[in-house]
Parts: sequence; C-alpha cells; structure tokens
Amino acid sequence: MVEDISKRTEYRNVVEVSGPLMVVEGISDVAYNEIAKIKLPSGEERLGQVLEARSNRAIIQVFAGTRGLDTDQTSVQFTGEVMKFGVSRELLGRVFNGIGEPIDDSPDIIPEERRDINGDPINPSAREFPREFIQTGLSTIDGMFTLVRGQKLPMFSASGLPHNNVAAQIARQAKVLGEEEEFAVVFCAMGITSEEANFFINDFERTGALERAVLFLNLADDPAIERTIIPRLALTAAEYLAFDEGMQVLVILSDMTNYCEALREIAAAREEVPGRRGYPGYLYTDLASIYERAGRILNREGSITMIPILTMPDDDITHPIPDLTGYITEGQIVFSRELHRKGIRPPITPDGSLSRLMQQGIGEERTREDHSDVSNQLYAAYAEGNELRDLVAVVGEEALSERDRTYLKFAEEFEERFIAQGGDEDRSIDETLDLAWELLTIIPKRDLKRIDERFIDKYYPG
Amino acid sequence: MINEAEESIKKISKPKKGEEGNIIKVAGPVVQAENLRGAEMYEVVHVGEEGLIGEVIELEEDVATIQVYEETGGVKPGEKVVRTGEPLSVELGPGLITEIYDGIQRPLDMIKDETGDFIKRGVDVSPLEHEKKWEFKPSVDKGDDVSTGDILGTVQETNVVEHKVMIPPDKEGTVKEIVDQGEYTIDDTIAVIEDDDKEFEITMVQRWPVRIGRPIADKKAPGELLITGQRVLDTFFPLAKGGTAAIPGGFGTGKTVIQHQLAKWSDADIVVYVGCGERGNEMTEVLRDFPELEDPRTGEPLMKRTILIANTSNMPVAAREASVYSGITLAEYYRDMGYNVALMADSTSRWAEALREISGRLEEMPGEEGYPAYLASELAAFYERAGICELHGGREGSVSVIGAVSPSGGDFSEPVTQNTLRIVQVFWALDTELRNKRHFPAINWLKSYSLYLDQVAEWWGDNVNENWHTLRREGMKLLEKEDELQEIVQLVGPDALPRSDQFALQAARVLREDFLQQNAFHDVDTYCEPEKQFRMLQIMMEFHDRGMKALEEDVKVDDLADMEVLEKLSRMSNVPSDKWEEKYGDIEMHMNKEFDELMEG
Ligand SMILES: Nc1ncnc2c1ncn2[C@@H]1O[C@H](COP(=O)(O)OP(=O)(O)O)[C@@H](O)[C@H]1O
Ligand SMILES: [Mg+2]
Repeated sequence: MVEDISKRTEYRNVVEVSGPLMVVEGISDVAYNEIAKIKLPSGEERLGQVLEARSNRAIIQVFAGTRGLDTDQTSVQFTGEVMKFGVSRELLGRVFNGIGEPIDDSPDIIPEERRDINGDPINPSAREFPREFIQTGLSTIDGMFTLVRGQKLPMFSASGLPHNNVAAQIARQAKVLGEEEEFAVVFCAMGITSEEANFFINDFERTGALERAVLFLNLADDPAIERTIIPRLALTAAEYLAFDEGMQVLVILSDMTNYCEALREIAAAREEVPGRRGYPGYLYTDLASIYERAGRILNREGSITMIPILTMPDDDITHPIPDLTGYITEGQIVFSRELHRKGIRPPITPDGSLSRLMQQGIGEERTREDHSDVSNQLYAAYAEGNELRDLVAVVGEEALSERDRTYLKFAEEFEERFIAQGGDEDRSIDETLDLAWELLTIIPKRDLKRIDERFIDKYYPG
Repeated sequence: MINEAEESIKKISKPKKGEEGNIIKVAGPVVQAENLRGAEMYEVVHVGEEGLIGEVIELEEDVATIQVYEETGGVKPGEKVVRTGEPLSVELGPGLITEIYDGIQRPLDMIKDETGDFIKRGVDVSPLEHEKKWEFKPSVDKGDDVSTGDILGTVQETNVVEHKVMIPPDKEGTVKEIVDQGEYTIDDTIAVIEDDDKEFEITMVQRWPVRIGRPIADKKAPGELLITGQRVLDTFFPLAKGGTAAIPGGFGTGKTVIQHQLAKWSDADIVVYVGCGERGNEMTEVLRDFPELEDPRTGEPLMKRTILIANTSNMPVAAREASVYSGITLAEYYRDMGYNVALMADSTSRWAEALREISGRLEEMPGEEGYPAYLASELAAFYERAGICELHGGREGSVSVIGAVSPSGGDFSEPVTQNTLRIVQVFWALDTELRNKRHFPAINWLKSYSLYLDQVAEWWGDNVNENWHTLRREGMKLLEKEDELQEIVQLVGPDALPRSDQFALQAARVLREDFLQQNAFHDVDTYCEPEKQFRMLQIMMEFHDRGMKALEEDVKVDDLADMEVLEKLSRMSNVPSDKWEEKYGDIEMHMNKEFDELMEG
C-alpha cells in the first residue's frame, strides 16, 4: 500500500539495529510517522514507520521485524507519507495481511481514496448518541448488558474459554429489530492461531456473511510488530464502509492482548520509562485511539459497533490490558472460568459485566417497559445468591433461612437456564424477559423491590 | 501569584509575534526546535507548516521543547516554529455559557463547521463570537472611581445567567466614558478609564493565562451545603460550596454517573464540566440531554448554566493536560462575578497520565509508577484554586471542584489517588464489590469521609432540621455495626447472633438498600431534596428504634422481618416531590400501628 517511490533518495547509513527498531543517519526531510521502505541485503523489502524524526537521524520501527538487517548494505527510502490504506466498496469479501496487502489471490483493489490509517477523532459534537438495541439472541447480553448500535463492548475472556464461539454467534444473530439495512463485518486477527481464525472464516462462510466481510489477518506466526498497525487498517476500512457507504459495521478485534504485547515490545526496545507492569505509560491513549473509532455520527446512516476480544493474563481483571480497556470501552462482557468448569455454556458472568449504553437503548418502544427493572433485579438476586453460596461453604445450608434458600436455588437455575444456552439458540428479547420473570418467581415476591409495582402486576407469572 | 499574573498580562499586551525557530526533533506530542532564544516557558507557539498549537515546556540554550496540542504525524524537522509571545490563555466574555470547547478552548461546533465530523488539525477558531451583539446595560456613571472587579455593566448571557462586565485584574481609575445601554459586540469599547495620565479602553472580553489563578481578595471557610440531591452525599458525606471532593473508583463503578448527577442537580449557579481524556459518547450525552433537561430551580434547560470542555481520550494528549486548567479558569471568571460555580473533572487521572506521558518523553527522572515527581504539587495547585472567596469588587463567590480519579486496577494505593486524597476535603470512595451487587451509587460508606460535616451541620440545622447531625450519626453507627456483625455472620451464620443483633442487621439493610442506594435513571429517584432525605432517614431510624423496643417486649425477630411496612419503606424513594410529605406521614402511621399490634401480641 505504498506509492511508487523509486525516485527517492536511498539512504545506506544504518547505524544501529536493535529489537524491532533501526536507526538511520545522514537523512534529511523525514517526517514523524512517515513510512519507510527498507531493502535488506537479501533484496527483500520491508516497511517501517518513523518513531522519532531528527534533522539528520530517524528511529524506525520495522513492521516485519529486523531479522536479516545489517548496518552495511541495508538501505532505506522514505515514502513521503504516513501509513495509508486504500478504501472502496470492493473491500468487501477480501482478505488482507498486517500491512494491508491483499493475500487472497484476487486482483488488487482500485481504491476510491487512500486514507491515513490513524484516522481523525470524531468530533464529540458530531456524534449521535447510540440508542438502537441490537438483539444478539443471547439472554445474558440482551437482558442484562444490552448491546446497542455504535457501542464498543469488549469480551474479557481468558485462554481456553469459548469467547470465539460467542463472538461468532453474535455476528450471526445480531439484528436491529424491524430494520433491513446493509451490514458488514470487519474481522481483525492479531496474533491468534490459524485454527482460531479459520473458525471465524468458516463460520462466516457457512452463514454467507463472508461476502459482506473484510478480513485482516495477522496470525500467531506473522510479524508481531504488524499487530500495532493492523487494527488501524481494519478501522480505516470500517470507517469507510460505515460513514461513507452507510453500512452497519460490526468490527471484531481479536486478540487485543497480543496487540498490547507488541506495543510493549516496541516501548521496551526504545527504553522508555514504563508505566504499570512494564506496559508503556501511553497504553491508555493508544488503546483509546482504537476503541474510540466506534460510534455513530449525526446525519450519517452507518455505524461502527466494536467487539474487541482480549484474554486476561492470569484471569486477572486488574491486569493493565483489561483494566485500561474497561476504562475506555462502554462496558464489558466478562467470561468466567468457574462457570466454564461447571459446564455452563457460554460462561458469561453478570458479575463484573456491564453495558454503559444500555439505559438509553432499552425500555418502552425499544425493548420492553419492564426491561431495566427486571435486569436490575436479576443482578441483585444473583449477587445475593452468590454471596450465600460463600456462606453455605462455611456454615452449611441448614444454617440458612427459608428465604435465603430460595436465593441459592435462584442462582443455580439462573445459571442453568438463563446464562446457559445453545450455540444456535437465538432467543428474542421477549423470550429472554419472560424467562427472567419465570426465574424471579423462585425468590419471595415481596423481595422484588427493584421492580415497579405496575410491572409486577402486569408481568408476574401466574 | 498576582504579580505573576500581572507579568503575564503585560506580556499579552506586548506580543513579540513573528520570531521564528526551526524544528530539530519530532517524537509524538513533543517537538524540539532551535533558534528560539528569548522564548519563554509556557509561551504558546505555532508548530510546523500547518501551524499546530504548542506550548514551550522546557528551555535549554536556544532549544525549546514544545508540547503540541495536535497530532504531529507528518511534521518534519526543518519546519518552522513561530512564537506568539503569549502564555496559554482563555478568552473570557459573554458567550461562554452553553458552549462546548476542546482542551484549549476551541469551540467544537466551529471546528465541525471547518473540518466536518472528524477533527482535523491546524484549525484556528476563536473561542467567542466576535460579531455577535449583546445588549449591554451600564451600571456606572461618568466620574465614578473603579478598580479591579468592579462591575461596569451587565449582559443577559442566557435566561439564567447575568454576565457581569468587570474591570480586569490589573486596572483601576475613573470612568471617563461609558456607553449607553444598547447592543455591542465583545470587541466594542464600552468604557474608557482614566488612571492618572493614562487612559485605557474596556471591552467585554478579556484574556487570562490558564495556569495562573485569577486574583481574589480573601479565602473563606466553606460552610454552606452544595445540594446534590444524592442521599448518600448530602446526608452522609456532604460537600460544601467552595469545597473539594474526589471520587476514585475502578472502571464501571459509577464515577461518570455521579459527575453527571452533580452537573444536573447540584445547586450551583454555573457548571463547568471537563471531560478530560474520557469517552466521546459521554460528552455527546451531556450535549444532547442538557438542552432538554429542566433545571428544577429555574425551570430553564440545564444547558443555560453549563459550559462543557471535551478533550476525549482519542483527542491529543497534551491538550488533555491543558483542559483542566482551561476549565478552572472559566470557573474562576464566573466566581469573580459572584456566582457559585461547580467544576467537575472526569477524570483527573487522565490529566496525570498526560503529565506522565510528556514527562516520559522529556526523559525526566520518573517517580512512582513513572509519574513525574511534581505530580503532587500540580494536583495541589489545581485543587487550591477551588474555594469560597471574597472577591475584588466586594462580592462573594465560590468554585467547588469535584475530581474523578481512575486508579489502575481499582487500587487506591496508586500515586494519583493518594496524592489527591492528601488535598481534598471530601472523599467519595467507589467500590467494585458494591458495584457488582448493583448497589448504586457504589459509594463505600465505611471508607468515605467529609471534613465539612461540622460546618454544614449548621446549614442543615437552619434549613432542614436541627436533629440532622444526631440522626446522621445514629445512621452511621448502625451501618458500622452491620459491618462488624457481617464478619461474625461469615464465621458462624446469622442464627448464632443475639436477637437484637439479628434485628440490627435487618434495620441496617433497610438503610443500605432503601436510603443509600439511589437510582440515577429513575425519573423521581434521580433527585432527592434535603427535606425528603431527612424525612426518609428519620422514618427508617424510627423503624430501628421501635424494633429494638419491640424486641424487649418479646416480639419475635421473624415477625419483625415479616412486617408489611418494609415494602413501603423500600418504595419511599420513588414518591414524587409533591406527594412525599403526605405519603411519608401515612407510612409512619402505618408503621407505628403495626408495631403497636405486634407489641400487644
Ligand atoms: N447511581 C446509579 N444508578 C444506576 N446505575 C448506575 C449508577 N451509577 C452507576 N450506574 C451504572 O454503572 C455504570 C457505570 O457507571 P460510570 O459512571 O460510567 O462508571 P465509571 O465512570 O466509574 O467508569 C453505568 O452505566 C450504570 O449502568
Ligand atoms: Mg467514567
């Protein structure tokens, strides 16, 4: 994705190569963030990006790694521009690598426009507040941490948990009720295995979504540094499809943990002062420059709904990667190893899960008038049930009151019937809420304090 | 301080425009340029061909290090840097209210007009509308002696804000000319002041350097409650007007919801809301909701008293650092007019992180967790600008500052939280566990504190009920007791407790679930006036007291747990303003009757 630069000066004065970085001197007229083309002694060419530009010296991060570079014959040309990606409608159905080259043996794309992959921040006063309910067909999500169009809602998972199945199920089932609009999926793989990537691709193929998908693949054995570029390519494509072509775009980014590791690698090579646990101090800002590209814009048709997936190192939600993500995204879907062990599929736990945009996306005319109250009651009842489980472990079930026992029962059934559901089971929001009411009959009726009396009269079963 | 400010102002009046240097290094938001001998610390410069806005933050010989308030991708060494001779300043005058600005006071609407839905760089827009005409009403006469802070006249800025045109901080003299009532732009001269043999013209606009506090005559001790309508805040951990508060909490614990609640319902005259490095949609929400929401005190849209500053997380990091200073300077300006201003900063951690990022790029010696050693003093200097003050011109006004803090991993031992707690007087500790239980606002009542309790007790006594202090203490005691008892329960189960303790747990539960919790998204519950708060607490504590008496008369704990009034107590918070007095009376009567019946057996 680089223009013809054959006429530009070729610099040979590479003075240092270390980690993913190289330093070249004797240069002039080089810009910060400019893309460089590096020619190896073997004749192989790689791309890099200027991380620091001085009058006669530049530090370059080499996307495909520095293996094979030397300080003798290696040469560098600067392209005169920052990283760009050519966008057009033709992107649909195509597959790209970590620096935006097509890898699907189809002809090159004739772009409408080549855009800076870093994009520009959406002006807060141009944003449309996201409010349209997306029905995913999964009870926990629809009922308790509702996704809306234009939201960024990550999955906080951990290794060995079925987050991919859930993401694929959402991609399959997600719909905005009562609307037929053009949709697209942008899938961006960062350091995941080819098996995982194929799982998504096959799923898209099976459901016919592949024609409407753009795939960006950087797999486990692809260059790590390209992981810092690829989500920006994906989002540049998504922005075009959403805000120029008016499509409803779902972006899946997996796995953000690998992205952050790549950033850390570069920071370490630059000997930067680290922030928490060795991650760069600007990790928050950097992640925000990705996540904040989701959204809706006033008077434009399309939207970008983003589901980043990350695996929590050590299952630790306070680790900087999930932590900083949670500070930026509009909620999170938390996966629980404990539920997984119990055989609850999908093992999504309400404990810690949240959708910050839910309030405005649900209720009368959007989902159902009782939705907010029911959801609050479910959270509270399940939390109480869980707390009692801990108590039972100490004092035994006999020590519990009649009332407390109903909460234990509620927690069990809630997990088995509400959280657990089949991989192809697509529950409507009415089904989800009706099921919630049925489960709430397990606890004493007068404990339903979070629900307005009107709704109790109207919806309480029996 | 004042001298420093005067110095800066003088510099503003004598700009040294046009001097140029050249870039020698670009690395992210930090740029170095040479040939800038004579440039001053914190001077604003224009960087590169596009004239990006930057500020000098370090000087060595003729090399200036500059933090740039816009993205620097594509900027090259060799490009020029042009000095402005002015420190980073804000423009002050009518037209600020209802605006939404970025971190360096550029109106986002104007940027949108210039560059569309996405913010491009190098946009040069003026903070205030210079063509717009305002109806100015003079309030001085020719020959009057005037000095700093004196009001020359007023402009109705919005339906609820009367803007006072004041003598700027460094000026005094005799009014030589004053215009008649009529329509003027902010640049029109509205008065001429004569000082000895000098004369100067006054317009409706002034500029002020953001890093320097506006001068005040004297600071006073805060004492009047800043009513927020949030029960756990007003009743248990009150903030006084002119005070400082911090809200630390992990992600999703409710910092932003509380800040929004304060911006909506607190009884300040002016609200300055600074979105510092947080989500775009949260600012959009305020922007869309506030023009629709009615201020219960004025009946006018909330937007008519609000200024927004939005430097969201994806906007340039250096401007994030500037945003809190821009915000507080606007707040001080309205305080000068005699208003009670409340400033919310969400989140001060992002500002601290911006400091860290810039400091890292300067290769300064890092302190704890990579933050610069001057973090503590920067935070202190910022909060110090809050206060209830006697002002020049003989008025009194206040700026209350409420800062959200976002500790990494939700761990309060980190440097930003710790340094903030050393300064602020009110601590609202948000708690992840409470959040997980959907206890909102998730303010931990055992960890939080307010150092204004004694001061606002008088306010409560005068305005609501003299028993407030005692009642609050009783309530707090009950909650503390619950915590102790819970620990025992965790070991031996509830049955092992004496009856009175079992009942204490029930009564505490009422307080916890029905008083402390408050649903920000419920039409009625979102705001609870102090009188209503008091009455709720009174009835709930009465439930406790009568219950304890009933136990002495051998009433069973289980019978108390089955009382009908419990459900009524749980729905008290949702009774609308015009009905609660009567309804609460009924509930109280019902409760007493039920107790009487139980005691009779
Ligand atoms: N007072 C409240 N009433 C009801 N829900 C609340 C309240 N405070 C917080 N919440 C819930 O918690 C979510 C996260 O709150 P938020 O203020 O955005 O957290 P933070 O800013 O600390 O990350 C909200 O979207 C809302 O669902
Ligand atoms: Mg927040």
